[in-house]
Amino acid sequence: MLKRLLRSPSFLFGFTLFFGTLLLALLGPLVLSLDVEQRVGLAYTAPFPGHWLGTDHMGIDMFSLLLQGLRASLYVGLVAGTVATLLGTLIGLYGGYKGGLVDDLLTSVTNLFLVIPTLIVLILLSASLEEGRSLSLIALLIGCTTWTWTARAVRAQAASLRARDHVALARINGFGTAHIVLLHIMPYLLSYIFMVFILQTASGILAEASISLLGLGPYDSISLGKILNEAVQNEALTDGAWWAFAPATLLITVIAFSLYIINTSMESVFNPRLRR
Amino acid sequence: MSMSAPVLEVERLRVHYLTRFGTRVQAVDDVSFQLNKGEILGIAGESGCGKTTLVSGCMGLFIPPLYHSSGDVRIGGQSIIGMDREQIRRDVLGRKIAMIPQGALNSLNPTRRVKDLATDMIVSHDDRAGKREISERLRERFERIGLDAKRVLDAFPVELPAGTKQRVVIGISTLLNPELVIADEPTSALDVSTQKSVIRLLFDLMDRGIISSMIFITHELPLLRHVSSSIAVMYAGEFVEYGSTEQVIFDAQQPYTRALMGSMLSADAGQRGKKPVAIEGAPPDLKNVIVGCRFAERCPSVRSDCAQHKQELRVVQLRKVRCQYA
Amino acid sequence: MPELKFQARDVSRVFGHGKRAKVAVDRVSFEIRDREIVSLVGQSGCGKTVLSKLLLRIDAPTSGELSFNGQPLAKVSDPRQHFRKVQAVFQDPFSAFNQFFTIRSQLESCFHLFEPKPSKSEIAERVDAALLAVNIKPREIDGKYAFELSGGQMQRMLLARIFIIRPEVLIADEPTSMVDACSRASILDYLMKLKQELAMTIVFVTHDVGLACYVSDTIFIMHQGQIVERGAPERVTGAPESPVTRQLLDDIPDVHRNWLERGERASG
Repeated sequence: MLKRLLRSPSFLFGFTLFFGTLLLALLGPLVLSLDVEQRVGLAYTAPFPGHWLGTDHMGIDMFSLLLQGLRASLYVGLVAGTVATLLGTLIGLYGGYKGGLVDDLLTSVTNLFLVIPTLIVLILLSASLEEGRSLSLIALLIGCTTWTWTARAVRAQAASLRARDHVALARINGFGTAHIVLLHIMPYLLSYIFMVFILQTASGILAEASISLLGLGPYDSISLGKILNEAVQNEALTDGAWWAFAPATLLITVIAFSLYIINTSMESVFNPRLRR
Repeated sequence: MSMSAPVLEVERLRVHYLTRFGTRVQAVDDVSFQLNKGEILGIAGESGCGKTTLVSGCMGLFIPPLYHSSGDVRIGGQSIIGMDREQIRRDVLGRKIAMIPQGALNSLNPTRRVKDLATDMIVSHDDRAGKREISERLRERFERIGLDAKRVLDAFPVELPAGTKQRVVIGISTLLNPELVIADEPTSALDVSTQKSVIRLLFDLMDRGIISSMIFITHELPLLRHVSSSIAVMYAGEFVEYGSTEQVIFDAQQPYTRALMGSMLSADAGQRGKKPVAIEGAPPDLKNVIVGCRFAERCPSVRSDCAQHKQELRVVQLRKVRCQYA
Repeated sequence: MPELKFQARDVSRVFGHGKRAKVAVDRVSFEIRDREIVSLVGQSGCGKTVLSKLLLRIDAPTSGELSFNGQPLAKVSDPRQHFRKVQAVFQDPFSAFNQFFTIRSQLESCFHLFEPKPSKSEIAERVDAALLAVNIKPREIDGKYAFELSGGQMQRMLLARIFIIRPEVLIADEPTSMVDACSRASILDYLMKLKQELAMTIVFVTHDVGLACYVSDTIFIMHQGQIVERGAPERVTGAPESPVTRQLLDDIPDVHRNWLERGERASG
């Protein structure tokens, strides 16, 4: 299976792209000299040698800000993705396996969360936490409001696995719900859960970008969304200072895009029926 | 191409495949038979006996890891060995020979509607047909085979019950009026009433001239009594008995055929209580070269020298039997 | 040992609710006696599998009373108590085992039913003995997973479980339908051996009337969730009362009867 994945051109493309940005984020600060404090020029100076992406509204090197923002956004994406996947998987597994009243209850809860517009909730929650809006808190918030999709998907899979003979065999061996869900249902879903995680990470990154753009992002850190927010606030668009918003937008797009490609290519490898 | 050429002629065909580790498995070993227009040949055998590989061979589908070892396959007098794959796809598949694969119920692409799958079949062989013409053709054919065309064509496979799905598969496979239809275990996962209607459908298609000959593959030998005019019993890559239906069913000469008939459980008053014959063990592993009779280690009437002599097909009581003591 | 193993009174199992409700088992009542072999026979969708799951207690009826050994099933507190006495073998031997664990470990996991759990060496001994009872050399399956064995071997693994657990009742859901003709008879032999050695009651679920006739004391013919006919095999096949039974017998492709009329039959 892994071999087939590695031979898929779209997977390699998406993976390389994502891995590239990850490397940039992790190793960038160690290899390149970044400085988000020092003013190196006037406000919104166009790119010049040594500072290839110019400066922001305070004269700070754009490239350094971008890299810092990349790290923050990736962090939020991955944490939000993890929280959403964990929450969604647990709820989906339990409801899907148990069926009956428990399933109905959990489905109703899921549907409730589904119907509530996530972005608005995020905005409201974010707005009410005036201070202390750290990256981690934002990531947690996003995770706790975007798990619904995962829950539905995993639930459907768990419900179909429930009817399988090997699950019946485990039941007549006297095993309980926890044992069966962990040993007899989860292993069959691991690849699926992994794919779900990838999508959740992508949507986490986009969600963060959205609320930061609206000025409700992290209070004390720089994220890609916040960069965009500052660009809007300081009229970078009208000034034509493309370096203030274009690179950030591009970066967000690239990350989300690469994650989606990875997910799609994994889907065609793990689910060959769709390929015909 | 002469008028009297058999629809399908297989001559000493041998097909092998290579496993992941490079070992050669001779799945079909020296099989010969002939099928004329209007005939139905039944091939009976356990799973793993090579019948599905034989079918791939008959259709010229030697796709690695499956390889043609030796022997000839002629369709309408013309050999298809060595024909290039594109030509086979265009001229042979669907047009001259159609296959209804095993597990056909699951072979329909679940993400596409029936009418799209059917259209694919036509379009891949005939670029010229117009959309309306195709639509009309499909509706007419589906109605003819007893399906509610409007409902079924618009549906997704998963929405249809098993019996309907089987009809859809048969309908799509025979859209181009192939001369020969190879049905690989078409009744396996179905209950008896549905089995009967599927077989009835196949006969109906023959009576209407939509298909003219058929090869029916099954692991249930007794079923062939009502289906085929001749039967070949396959075991470990070879035909072990080949004759008319009457001969093979009611007067089996080869020990394996006898065992297959003996394992039948009948609800008939006269047959009940008859203990079914059990054959322990499993067919030989075709990875190894086998000396002597392949059924020897499981044969209830085995003799001391069976395992030493290679068994050839000989004529016994007007049919071919692979056993020196039959 | 109570005379009646199972007693059912107006048992129904309905799936879904309101307009989309599907009645899988429709107010059935019956009795299954100790050491009796009963076959639930019918076409797909008749409810025989759902009913067998109710007897096995991996599903519960939506109405009616179902008791085992005189005790209502609904009142059983620890499911393991029931499973020690009622076990099953399934139709598809491959899907009956988890593909991620070895066969042996899955055979050993049935000891979860026993309280207290025997020692490791005793477990190993009993698993070996059960394998030998179904003619499999223990070393043959060491470290092997489900997909590495043949269908016939896997089916025997399911039977080995029964030899280990030694239940009072066995529910056999189409145990031979996915097995080759030649192995069919040996599977049936093992089942008969089990019945003799363990004095078991067996409930067969099958669509194969021939098989039902061969093994059973009593046949229940099911159709659309109801038991439309019941009785000894000779009576049911010899003098069927229900049109469903008559149609079923007619549809069997028996070698000796003219099963299917055909307009134009090709000559050989």
